Amino acid sequence: MVQDTTNNSRLIKLTVNGVLYERKVEPRVTLVDFIRGELGITGTHVGCEHGVCGACTVIFDGQPIRSCIMLAVQADSHSVQTVESMSSGEQLHPIQQAFWENFGLQCGFCTPGFLLTVQDLLSRNPDPTDTEIREELSGNICRCTGYQSIIAAVKQAAIYMRQE
Amino acid sequence: MKPAPFDYYDPDSVEEVLDLLQQYGDDAKILAGGQSLGPLLNMRLSTPQIIVDLNRVADLEYYKSDGTGLRVGAMTRQSTLEDDTNLRTTQPILAASIPYIGHRSIRNRGTVGGSVAHADPAAEWPAIMLALDGTILIRNTTGTRTVDASDFYISALTTDLKPDEILVEIQLPNWVKTSGWSFIEFSRRHGDFAILGVATYLTIENRRCTKSRIAIIGGGPIPIRTSKAESMLIGETISDELLKDVSEQASKELDTDSDMHASADYRRYLASVLVSSALQEAAARAGESGGQ
Amino acid sequence: MKTEHSKGIGESIKRLEDKRFLQGQGHYIDDLQLPDMLHAAVLRSPYAHATITNIDVNFALEQPGVVTILTFADLHSVKPIPIRLNPYGSLEPFLQYPLANNRVRYVGDPVALIIAHSRYQAEDVLENIVVQYDPLPVNIDAEDKVSCPLHHDAKDNVASNFVQQKGDVVAAFRKAEHITKLRFTSGRHSGVPLETRGLIANYDATQEKLKVWGPTKVTHFNRGVLAHMLDMEEHTIGMIEPDVGGGFGVRGEFYPEDYLIPYAALMLKRPVKWIEDRLENLMACNHSREQIYEMEMALKKDGTILGIKVLLSNDQGGYIRTHGIIVPELSAAIFPGPYHIPNYRCEVRSVLTNKTPAGTYRAPGRYECNTSRERLLDLAASELMIDPVKIRSMNLIQPEDMPYEVGTESLGEDIVYDSGDYPFALQEVVRLSKYEENRHINHNNLSNKKVGYGIACFVEKTGLGPFEGARIEIDQTGAITVSTGAANVGQGLETTLAQIASSVLTVSPDSIQVLHGDTDLIPYGVGSFASRATVMAGSAVYYAAQKIRKKLLKIAAHTLNCQVEQLIISDGDICVTDHQDKRLTLAQVAQQSSPRNCPPDIEPGLDFTHYFRCNQMTFAHGATIVKVEIDITTCAIVPKHVWIVYDIGKAINPQMVKGQIEGGAVQGLGGALLEEFKYDPSGQLTSGSFVDYLLPTATETPFLESKRLDRSPSTLNPIQVKGAGECGIAGMGGALANAVADALGDSGSNVNVLPITPEKVWQWLTPMQDKTN
Repeated sequence: MVQDTTNNSRLIKLTVNGVLYERKVEPRVTLVDFIRGELGITGTHVGCEHGVCGACTVIFDGQPIRSCIMLAVQADSHSVQTVESMSSGEQLHPIQQAFWENFGLQCGFCTPGFLLTVQDLLSRNPDPTDTEIREELSGNICRCTGYQSIIAAVKQAAIYMRQE
Repeated sequence: MKPAPFDYYDPDSVEEVLDLLQQYGDDAKILAGGQSLGPLLNMRLSTPQIIVDLNRVADLEYYKSDGTGLRVGAMTRQSTLEDDTNLRTTQPILAASIPYIGHRSIRNRGTVGGSVAHADPAAEWPAIMLALDGTILIRNTTGTRTVDASDFYISALTTDLKPDEILVEIQLPNWVKTSGWSFIEFSRRHGDFAILGVATYLTIENRRCTKSRIAIIGGGPIPIRTSKAESMLIGETISDELLKDVSEQASKELDTDSDMHASADYRRYLASVLVSSALQEAAARAGESGGQ
Repeated sequence: MKTEHSKGIGESIKRLEDKRFLQGQGHYIDDLQLPDMLHAAVLRSPYAHATITNIDVNFALEQPGVVTILTFADLHSVKPIPIRLNPYGSLEPFLQYPLANNRVRYVGDPVALIIAHSRYQAEDVLENIVVQYDPLPVNIDAEDKVSCPLHHDAKDNVASNFVQQKGDVVAAFRKAEHITKLRFTSGRHSGVPLETRGLIANYDATQEKLKVWGPTKVTHFNRGVLAHMLDMEEHTIGMIEPDVGGGFGVRGEFYPEDYLIPYAALMLKRPVKWIEDRLENLMACNHSREQIYEMEMALKKDGTILGIKVLLSNDQGGYIRTHGIIVPELSAAIFPGPYHIPNYRCEVRSVLTNKTPAGTYRAPGRYECNTSRERLLDLAASELMIDPVKIRSMNLIQPEDMPYEVGTESLGEDIVYDSGDYPFALQEVVRLSKYEENRHINHNNLSNKKVGYGIACFVEKTGLGPFEGARIEIDQTGAITVSTGAANVGQGLETTLAQIASSVLTVSPDSIQVLHGDTDLIPYGVGSFASRATVMAGSAVYYAAQKIRKKLLKIAAHTLNCQVEQLIISDGDICVTDHQDKRLTLAQVAQQSSPRNCPPDIEPGLDFTHYFRCNQMTFAHGATIVKVEIDITTCAIVPKHVWIVYDIGKAINPQMVKGQIEGGAVQGLGGALLEEFKYDPSGQLTSGSFVDYLLPTATETPFLESKRLDRSPSTLNPIQVKGAGECGIAGMGGALANAVADALGDSGSNVNVLPITPEKVWQWLTPMQDKTN
């Protein structure tokens, strides 16, 4: 995708959604550009490219991070999970199902970042209060829903996850 | 918004990092958590020729308490400290401040050393270092040195670090049980840099204040302590009138200009209000822990 | 076909488009890649106003990866971008060319286009293009009457000056027992969709067709514009709408890049992609809302409004774009709102300034005028010591006055409210919020937290004509496809139209595929704006589905050898009412209607198009109450609760409508408390990133409670709907401003601007001498 003009590309190996990839990449390429452009895994979105909106959130070694302000070379020999890892085939993840049932999305652009943020939140706090949900989600911007339906979806998801 | 080209090194030992800095000096930029540098690179507000990435230096990711206090390796992630519930009693002001640092996904990547060394006057860590009399351990190829936090911040985004040095550890003294504290930030949105914030620390013995720290977030081009206001508390019994005078003095010690987020006047006003609340809260906490 | 039980209009079914979005399988523009694709970046002016004396691209062209660089001089027979809505000839001197011709007029004005092998390389080259600027005086104040004219052919910066009026305002003010005056300023902010704009253009040599991916909102119109600007036949261009990450009025208009990227693709005969980055987006995509209202209201002592005079200054930015002057025109036309204002005069001055050009953003012109009018009403109420509910109740248009001619006009139509019970909506929101019981509880206490309640009533124009079309076809397998020229900007058009079709055809909505926004699908289309898609495209789908249903039954009756009246459609099958075993699947009927099998007296095929035409808008309405809490020590403003009661006639999918109300409300909250494009005196945008342009997040958003009334179904369309998209936002500015004023007590009369920041509250609370001490 990105031709190397500086002639300093390096070979990296990383696991994305359980698949090992080996690619040459210029050091300045951001992790999100690499995953989307080089690997063609486009579920992760770019909303601001300066670490504010949360659309590019991915799970890096088990923890959510912002892939627009991280370099692809930094992911060498690490593991990344994107929204594509959540569902298995037609079977939606309980968090996805809860978002669907609660109309927790409209245009869908911010949604992957929210889903992964919620996955992390519920893994640390299986029964969050409204205030905890709002604070945890405050690093992700949704311009469509007004957040009410997202908060409802998180509560529903928490119930589904506890039932599992 | 794509970074300009740079050469990239990601050594796995402090020694290699220091060799690279020795070699490249000012041309090199250290990449720690990247939560401030990343946006600057994308916007091309920072265009270093060389990036030296510390993320593979495992030796810098640790924290431990010993007889003297808490020692935190530079590459320790904010969320690591956030998740240690013991810190809420052993270093309560630190534990209280960490959730204010951006959002969880920022804290998962952001590092203690990066935040202290970036010296953003609106950030939490510099104020914590000042309020708690923290020290900074610095290394270059020839050796190590420590600097008091109060001597570390020199001018806007500039610290005492030389181009061939890195910050390897920060140290906070042991928490004094009879002390009280408060950490307050005022921002327009949750997780944003504060328009103004205050970290206060008081020790009270026999009803009299024996030590006071008032550190201000967003109070000027560098992280500051309002030392005249601090000294007004020493030897005194905390009263409403005293706190009023102290907070007004503190607001006068701000070195702030108007910017797009707030005018200097409003910041001063906020400083007086927040310092007063923070001192009240700190005094009450000192009282609860037996200082009165 | 036999999936779940048929669900039609009025059911909150789960959205059909969501499964792909939830799994990261949507196809937004930046998700598409074509082989051999090049990437573009735009060089933008760093000056707010300057003459370009020279551009040197020679060094830049030698840089790695660069394919070409275009400046104004390279664009053959280039034309300015035309106006889409009300293209008055007098506005022509102020139009924008795709690249600056010798002069730049705002920070962000496009100066050159770079095409390279990657976006990284294209950005590398930006600083290698040497542009010499000769700075000119900068005007950032729409009220500055002596500023340097921005455009050569214009004598001054007033793009338009016009009056809307009814009755005799002079006489009304002579009879006034009380006059309330207020100057209210609405700050500059905008839609800011989370997905930035983007385009891919490619010349397809086998089809001899230019294809453009990425347009939305008004694809058919924009194809016409592009054809005109490129001197091409319209049918040689195809525009394809991908999934779209939010529209809100700003996205999908024809911008400079909508010409530049296809131009470059045609020139290079290679695919070219351009993805706007966020910093560009905040300075290049339309701004909105910046207006100043100088208002005077004549009243009787009892609160009856006799007349209103308004002088409205609209800050248009550096050029007139596709919206022409529609935003201030709508402001002037809808300013009277839901109230009976017997005498009214609004003079509009739309003025060019050295800022990003302004256009429409959700409830354009109305968010601003509603806010100003509702503040004026509260101010009058407090001056006359009348309750805010009472002054509204006594002046609201009554249901028996419907249809009500406002006496103003916009978009070439007289404003006529078709239906609605305005007093009932106000009563309901007062009841729902327990306004009467709660309003006075927290007043007069000694706490640092002051609570305030604010009300706003609104009317929303929806369902703008003149037409929209829908085509429904059923193929040999029984698969149903609906195609329309309306666009899906994220609002859920696919679900809405599928539900309407499914209700007519009594099949499951998820068995219907909805295609949209592609100019090759249907010859005529208008698009998605002005809360029109459900009203116009929905009605077209309804009629097209009726036609196809009729034919299905006719062919089935022929095949089953019975009368049409004996047939029903059940679970996707057509069966005889009394003999449920006599049934045909849709696929079987479709096969029977093929040219091979179709009876000779019936035209073969299951394929109908209907164009629904309506020149009259249908008006939704409602009322909003907001509760805020203000900490008078820090001056923090915390919205605690929002109640919105609205009437949009019938709802196709009530939960989706609720989502529109809530999403709009939070955008309205953003504009009232957080979001602002700020400029310094040299015309630099100082809030040009997401660090400084503050969008509301979950922590700034209070609990929202909304109630949909179903008392005034539209009589202008067969599905009895009015548009829902702009009702949530319409009253938020006014309700929030009034709530802050209420909380501030005696200082509340100072509230005269949006956004309301803690610092402004501090200024309003603090007399001047205190601040300087």
